[in-house]
Amino acid sequence: MLAHLPVLQVILPLIAAPVCILLRRATLVWLFATVVCVLTFAISVVLLVQVMGGEPIRYELGNWVAPWGIVYVVDSVSALILVIVSGIAAVAMPFALRSAASEIEPDRLYLFYTMYLLCLAGLLGIAITGDAFNLFVFLEISSLSSYTLISLGRNRKALHAAFQYLVMGTIGATLYLIGIGLLYALTGTLNMADLAVRLAPLLDSRITLAAFGFIVVGLGLKLAMFPLHLWLPNAYTHSPSVVSVFLAGTATKVSLYALLRILYDVFGVRFDFEQQPMSALFAIVAVAGLVICSLVAMYQQNVKRILAFSSVAQIGYMLLGVAFATAAGLQASLLHIFNHALLKSGLFLAVGCLVLRTGSSQLANLSGIAREMPWTMAAFVVCGLSLIGVPATAGFISKWYLVSAAIEKGWWPFAALIVATSLLAVIYIWRVIEVAYFRPASDRPAGSPPATEAPLSMLVPTWIIAAANIWFGLDASAPAAITARAAKALMGAGG
Amino acid sequence: MTDLIIGLYNYWIVIILMMVGFYIVMSRQNLVKSLIGLNIFQTSVFILYITLGKVTGGTAPILEKGIKLYSNPLPHVLILTAIVVGVSTTALGLALVVRIKEAYGTIEENEINRMDNES
Repeated sequence: MLAHLPVLQVILPLIAAPVCILLRRATLVWLFATVVCVLTFAISVVLLVQVMGGEPIRYELGNWVAPWGIVYVVDSVSALILVIVSGIAAVAMPFALRSAASEIEPDRLYLFYTMYLLCLAGLLGIAITGDAFNLFVFLEISSLSSYTLISLGRNRKALHAAFQYLVMGTIGATLYLIGIGLLYALTGTLNMADLAVRLAPLLDSRITLAAFGFIVVGLGLKLAMFPLHLWLPNAYTHSPSVVSVFLAGTATKVSLYALLRILYDVFGVRFDFEQQPMSALFAIVAVAGLVICSLVAMYQQNVKRILAFSSVAQIGYMLLGVAFATAAGLQASLLHIFNHALLKSGLFLAVGCLVLRTGSSQLANLSGIAREMPWTMAAFVVCGLSLIGVPATAGFISKWYLVSAAIEKGWWPFAALIVATSLLAVIYIWRVIEVAYFRPASDRPAGSPPATEAPLSMLVPTWIIAAANIWFGLDASAPAAITARAAKALMGAGG
Repeated sequence: MTDLIIGLYNYWIVIILMMVGFYIVMSRQNLVKSLIGLNIFQTSVFILYITLGKVTGGTAPILEKGIKLYSNPLPHVLILTAIVVGVSTTALGLALVVRIKEAYGTIEENEINRMDNES
């Protein structure tokens, strides 16, 4: 049983998804999906403990030996991503009961849970697989299900957002597919570890360069790297709240993980940063994304849209850490993947509570809402402080590591920039707080229903995440130890 | 020169189809047309993979006496998966277009954008 945990991690939600269609009744399906998500989370925690206590786990599917069969690899990097994805999925489930019921047509609820589990299976698969083509398949499983999830939003704009995401996402995945095809033509293998070995003498080949370009741009589209992020704001804004929580916490991070896997494990550090100008490229897109998207976020009138643009900006921090091309920078990136998943899903959870009670995430409808929903807004403030990077919150830890990595590298202007962009985050988070705490309720548009505090089934998950933000802000030893080891593993591999 | 054009004609077709598809996706306002462009774009990749697997003079990969030279079956199997993905993407895309038509009354992107900006 224990030996088969890596495959169970993916198979469980994958098989549970069609079972949801058979169960059909919304509450029953919800209960079933919750149990599956919690089990998946438990498996990923066990895997993380196993990996931290010993060697990376290699699981050969159907006992087919490695370069021929598909192999699942659980090392400290993938175990961390697995815990993040399944953890957010599990926490969002209790929240989904009320939130999804209020935002999705009742007769489509069971399909929503089906797609949710399918998306979870896809994201976990990307994190665990050691096969480049298998990664493409899981990428498409998660993408197709997330297009559907986004289109479930009540507003018709959700349909248009889902369609735009579908077109851009498919182009991204197809570019990745071309890259993998070229690598296969060159080496005759798809196993990542085997690819790294066979590619090593062929790194000067023009085909390698072409493949590299296709893969970076393709995955860049999926992870919303700055100029390729255009699908993201609409998708996060118009999707149902629980979908925003899940996707904002996981989807772009998993794509970034896939890019890191390919960059470090297949092409190798030396190729990326010495032969190719990846440091410069990542630094430029990171800084541009950070500054421009933070500025755009300041002018939005919809809280979900503010958070969506902030997500694109925050991806800039993660890319900046990678651009340093040092173990410290990479560790800061991985830490920020973890912390940002916590804080952004916490913010979207709080917004989900607001949407349930006020029916809108427009700033104008939220005037003085803090008096009626004090607990929800308090959670929003905690996660908002974490986003800004105030000490004693999780967001501070990753920014601290990022600034230290910048100084260690000697890139002083970037250290200053990280602090300066945090101040932009203060401004856009403050706009929400100012409206919610200091405007009178009479500022709301006429006819707005009176709001009451969100139900416990939604407050508890929100506060679990908010508390985690404080917990990992005060005691970051566990994530720091995991990411330190993960960064070392990535830097050492293929280098 | 002839080798470059005639000998590699599969690859030229791949590049032409890819660019045609990509151009349609970017330039068309009609959602169905951009889906068709997306399809052409994906098809070019299918042809790329199928070309990669072909061995000159090779037969189908069957375990039989006398068969020495055969094409590489793996890229063909891989692309079968990608074709399935492409079909599902198209199906999902068309389903979304139907819902968009119901909700907006049009499938022209510029009109949809205009309506999105108004509300």
